[in-house]
Amino acid sequence: MNGVHDMGGMDGFGKVEVEANEPTFHEKWEGRVMAMVRAMGAAGAFNIDMSRFAQERLPPHIYLASSYYRRWLLGLEGNLVNRGFVTASELTVGHASEPAKPLKRGKFGIDDVERIMVRGKFGRTAQAPAKFRAGDRVRAKNIHPVTHTRLPRYVRGHIGVVERDHGVHVFPDSAATEAGENPQWLYTVVFDGTELWGADSDPTVNISIDAFEPYLEKA
Amino acid sequence: MSEHDHDHHDHDHSELSEMDLRVRALETVLTEKGYVEPAALDAIVQAYETKIGPHNGARVVAKAWTDPAFKRALLQDATKAVSTLGHVSRVGDHLVAVENTPERHNMVVCTLCSCYPWEMLGLPPVWYKAAPYRSRAVKDPRGVLNDFGVSLPKEIEIRVWDSTAETRFLVLPMRPKGTEGWSEEQLAGLVTRDSMIGTGFPKTPGAPS
Repeated sequence: MNGVHDMGGMDGFGKVEVEANEPTFHEKWEGRVMAMVRAMGAAGAFNIDMSRFAQERLPPHIYLASSYYRRWLLGLEGNLVNRGFVTASELTVGHASEPAKPLKRGKFGIDDVERIMVRGKFGRTAQAPAKFRAGDRVRAKNIHPVTHTRLPRYVRGHIGVVERDHGVHVFPDSAATEAGENPQWLYTVVFDGTELWGADSDPTVNISIDAFEPYLEKA
Repeated sequence: MSEHDHDHHDHDHSELSEMDLRVRALETVLTEKGYVEPAALDAIVQAYETKIGPHNGARVVAKAWTDPAFKRALLQDATKAVSTLGHVSRVGDHLVAVENTPERHNMVVCTLCSCYPWEMLGLPPVWYKAAPYRSRAVKDPRGVLNDFGVSLPKEIEIRVWDSTAETRFLVLPMRPKGTEGWSEEQLAGLVTRDSMIGTGFPKTPGAPS
């Protein structure tokens, strides 16, 4: 979806502000939110793409005005309510009143912590041969899906070069909407800065994205 | 009370913030419904506060600086190479190491959210997840580097890696001059978090830290 989360190339947000000796969490609740998202995801309440999509669907003014972990909390609450794991009234009251919905991988307990210290596996078996190979000129399709996609707006319609292939991965556009994993080839595609930002841009800059095959066409 | 004090108030204070209460309510509901064990949440928080951080990536970089065969393996398949260093960190699939050279400087961003090599660098700093960096890194990387006090020769190529999939990128910075004969451990002490994102350089020997 063409949301405010898709920030590449936007102007007006100002300078990067670096905090010296930044703590891992600024508030205790931030750590609890991070841990709950990881735990409920690992237990099977939602996948990582649903997690991202829930944040992207926040109203733009809420997304922009919320701190990072507040967005995580709003996304988590949204996913849990929409998917029937909790009700809005339980969240308001602060206690459970409805029966629990079974989790795909069961309760998340202390013995499950070690396995989530390593990221999940997203590589899958190829369903078809790769359409592109390193060196191919490709165009990022001019598409505007209204649901989750990992094709940023700033490359759409532009020509780049395939630099490497990463094999076949879970396709986020499908996984986010419960349409299955629909595995697709994934490539690093490099664009010249001038191709994306015009003749006045810095000629020494190249930008790459990792693009799933359905995002690309031969150029 | 100033704005700053309000944002960073003491958690032993009896007055809990709206966010504290809201998050506590959610955790209570999830616990009562039998979805999560609070002790497991404690363990996750503790791991990111104490075990997983840029020191993991620093050891990988220092090893690459001292062991040419490891460096080749790292650039070929970083997941596989790092997994041979049992003492560093467990690492997920699709880690990609990208090498800075005198001709090319690499910089990593996630314009769409906050993808970051957690296992190598820990959780990302606030600036990495915030709009100024995410919006400008792909359009004006030299301007962004200026915000970090970093200036590169104008002819050097800047390659920006937008982390749009489940691949994760680790920048392999150039080894500082004047470190001939240094041990891996000494070298690891020079490797900064930002040098592995591409928004900074390793520390210089002898310079104040």
